[in-house]
Amino acid sequence: MTGLWVALATLALATTIGVIRLRRDGRVRDGDGDRLSAADLGSGLGERATLVQFSTAFCQPCRATRRVLADVSDLVPGVVHVEIDAESRLDLVRRLGIMRTPTVLVLDPAGAVVKKAAGQPRKADVLVALAAAVPDERPASSHQPDEM
Amino acid sequence: MRADPRALRFGAAVTSLILATTLVTGSVWLLAVQAVAFALGVVWRSPYTMLFKAIVRSAPKYTEDARPPRFAQGVGLVFAVGGLAGYLAGITPLALVATAAALLAAFLNAAFGFCLGCETYLLIRRLLPAATTEVSQ
Repeated sequence: MTGLWVALATLALATTIGVIRLRRDGRVRDGDGDRLSAADLGSGLGERATLVQFSTAFCQPCRATRRVLADVSDLVPGVVHVEIDAESRLDLVRRLGIMRTPTVLVLDPAGAVVKKAAGQPRKADVLVALAAAVPDERPASSHQPDEM
Repeated sequence: MRADPRALRFGAAVTSLILATTLVTGSVWLLAVQAVAFALGVVWRSPYTMLFKAIVRSAPKYTEDARPPRFAQGVGLVFAVGGLAGYLAGITPLALVATAAALLAAFLNAAFGFCLGCETYLLIRRLLPAATTEVSQ
């Protein structure tokens, strides 16, 4: 009898987690004051912004996220996409409090983390986040974000 | 190595059904069957995937990397073995918690397409940075 209740409670919990996850996954939040340098990244910062993606080998949505960010960096001049293997940079993972892959950071030209998204972000959301990272020149206004 | 995502979802649904039935009936045998299925999944031989391929002949619209779900099968195996130990040793809380954890992950995958097992990977690496893992292509 206990087993039945455990099964029902587990399914209810899983459904709750799943619904919350569907809503929150990939949502872009404000950064929490961290900063990354070119030395941290192992490559130069973008002139206008840098999209940093943390990935692992065992990550399903990392590939799709890579495509989204590569598209955006092709579309918007001065924006660089840097992908970091989380496993080989556990120092950065800990410093930035990264719990999941993919996690995407949007850096301003000085390397400050302006926006952060855990999970696969939508292209339109990345473009909006970029506009916030580069307040003077709005990349989303000169280029229509196309459908994914 | 590529995997058919439909087959993975199907496998997760069968796994959920078996684990839920295990909890309700307390059947050690059923959990043992699931443990074997997890173990076969780790070595690319998931019986549920094979069943799906035998029934559904059409090609998938897209495929995905087979390594994350394979890793998750390994995580599932750990919980199934924990559950088996609990049932066999009569440690009911261990049996229920371990089986429920596996059910939680399987159901999330079946119903929402989220791979909880895959996401534990980075957390495990954060805790055990010294552990070296072979990633076979």
